[in-house]
Amino acid sequence: MNIASKSSFVLHQRHLLGIEGLSRDEIVGLLDLAEEFVDLNRQIEKKRASLRGRTLINLFFEVSTRTQASFELAGKRLGADVMNMAVGSSSIRKGETLVDTAVTLNAMHPDLIVVRHHASGACALLAQKVDCSVINAGDGSHEHPTQALLDALTIRRNKERIEGLLVVICGDILHSRVARSNILLLNALGARVRVVAPSTLLPAGIERFGVEVARDMREGLADADIIMMLRLQRERMNGSFVPSTQEYFHYFGLDSKKLAYAKPDALVMHPGPMNRGVEIDSIVADGAQSLIREQVEMGVAVRMAVLEALSRNLPNQ
Amino acid sequence: MPSEQRPILLANARILDPSRDFDLNGDLLIVGGTVREARRGIGAAGVPDGTEIIDCRGKIVAPGLVDFRAFVGEPGEGHRETLASASQAAAAGGVTTIVCQPDTNPPIDDPATVDFVLRRARDTAIVHVQPMAALTKRLEGQEMTEIGLLKAAGAVAFTNGAHSVTNAQVMRRVLTYSRDFDALVVHHVEDPDLVGEGVMNDGEFAARLGLVGVPTAAEAIMLERDLRLVGLTRGRYHAASVTCRESLELLRRAKDAGLAVSAAASINHVSLNENDIGAYRTFFKLAPPLRAEDDRLALVEAVASGLVDVVMSDHNPQDVETKRLPFMEAAHGAIGLETMLSAGLRLVHSESLSWLALLNAMSTRPAELLGLAGGTLRAGAPADIIVIDPDIAWVVDPADLKSKCKNTPFDEARLDGRVIRTIVAGRTVYEYV
Repeated sequence: MNIASKSSFVLHQRHLLGIEGLSRDEIVGLLDLAEEFVDLNRQIEKKRASLRGRTLINLFFEVSTRTQASFELAGKRLGADVMNMAVGSSSIRKGETLVDTAVTLNAMHPDLIVVRHHASGACALLAQKVDCSVINAGDGSHEHPTQALLDALTIRRNKERIEGLLVVICGDILHSRVARSNILLLNALGARVRVVAPSTLLPAGIERFGVEVARDMREGLADADIIMMLRLQRERMNGSFVPSTQEYFHYFGLDSKKLAYAKPDALVMHPGPMNRGVEIDSIVADGAQSLIREQVEMGVAVRMAVLEALSRNLPNQ
Repeated sequence: MPSEQRPILLANARILDPSRDFDLNGDLLIVGGTVREARRGIGAAGVPDGTEIIDCRGKIVAPGLVDFRAFVGEPGEGHRETLASASQAAAAGGVTTIVCQPDTNPPIDDPATVDFVLRRARDTAIVHVQPMAALTKRLEGQEMTEIGLLKAAGAVAFTNGAHSVTNAQVMRRVLTYSRDFDALVVHHVEDPDLVGEGVMNDGEFAARLGLVGVPTAAEAIMLERDLRLVGLTRGRYHAASVTCRESLELLRRAKDAGLAVSAAASINHVSLNENDIGAYRTFFKLAPPLRAEDDRLALVEAVASGLVDVVMSDHNPQDVETKRLPFMEAAHGAIGLETMLSAGLRLVHSESLSWLALLNAMSTRPAELLGLAGGTLRAGAPADIIVIDPDIAWVVDPADLKSKCKNTPFDEARLDGRVIRTIVAGRTVYEYV
């Protein structure tokens, strides 16, 4: 139960609110630590005691399957007591504000709170009101740091490096916290980043994010080492941002034909959940170049690394 | 069949080609459906065997008109106009390409309907037909259509026809999205709330008639909004029908700022004014309405300078049941395919417009904006050509008009000059006898 960790990496900050603010060394430190957990998670004995006695609250204001499950498993495997706050049946439904919820939870002395919220900046607001560590599990269209870290880990394990790779992020960049966190992280590690989307799904000023911008897949996927597809929300696909799923798939859906525009050894990623036949074709999603299932595996390891690295910085008294 | 088509020599004509400011007395040779060459002295000696030689002494040879905006009733309202009847009217008016509008029943808002119109036109029309597709689904102004797939299916531009998109966010997104496909967004510039119950130009004349007016601000406000959105999105934009001096100032500013903006005026608005309504004549009830004489003069000047790019027919067939009603209740619209050129020639004869400026606005410029091959007599261009007799005096008799509906504001008007031959893809489709 107490296999000693090889990496002694500590994240010297209270919270993980975004990739922004992390140094290159901190990112690499987290990835190296996560590597150990990948191995651990493949064993029958997956438990460590490093978070024993700690309380982790999963506070999800947006429904989530994989991220919530991933954090829950990560906490449990490190020995923490994990509580999932079901927001749908809680007092938030009764009109309690985010800050009041934070103050209430804080009184229960948690050590770590994992927060997902539909409003950009909500995690930062919550972090100001609690004494424990806050981990951003996705805030609006702002950041989703653990997704970017697990994506980086997946890339590094498959390509043995990140620096110098061309990573192309395709789809709804405008609304995507995954895209923002990935752009920050990949730039910090020296990758070349390109985004591809119809203009309606690109934020203003995107060209100043340190990315190349393309508006069609042939141009956008040329020379790509990694293709990250993003989910297109249903409410955005029927005439508001793009005309229809049919047209979106025709021009921006990743099928075998478009995949061939990239390098022959290009790998395909998707943060999930996928809309098959909208942004990605099943043949590609389930194909030999797909890393999508591996991303889920890396998710647990990366979240263990984040919890571990933050908890090492928590006061022990 | 093109291979069996005889070459045609249009001899001794005054050849006008606005696409290169070309005004020359000479001959034009058509072989295999395209223009072979246009120059002085090709003569009978310089043509292939079997060429049909047509003496055009005293006549004008010009590229066929490309009519930027015509309402045709197919699909769904064939009683007003079919592609066949519209094409007959077009040929008689010198229009070799009709750009039909999507406000049909059902609207042209999906690729299958574009395909239907193109096939139907191929089978029944004697001139080219190029459909515009809807900008928003069901023309409701809420959800953008499949602009990429519609363009691939053959839609030459995108418009909600006679409807304005009032939601600025929708308009912004449509302009943004269409830019990726280099699609032209054509917009009817009238604020529907300001139009309200209005039926004619706002002002003294409307007041005397006891009719509700439409202020020019209804147009200027919508146009100004659109131009600001074009500035934001850098889309390609065309104001479907401008009518007043205020709009021209806005256009000037947008063009000076380098925006990809163009505009059209209807033949009605450059040749008629609100006073023509007279005693509640419903054939002069148009949307947007006929304006004051000062506005008309400004429009003509803007066509001459190129500020207004296009003059179009705004052909809108309405049958007797919808027009023989009190002015307040009658339908909007006038037919125009057969009379647009002759009505435009009034402006040439009165020296308000040059020949080249008129033909540029009715042929060359619309073809350029829509990315069509016509509108020019350059070698290799499709032989969509008209022969005009500038001196024939004729009176518009509705009984002679080919259109299914007879709602022409030029009813009984005396016009000078008309098309005497219309050639589409090297084939004569109309001759005036």
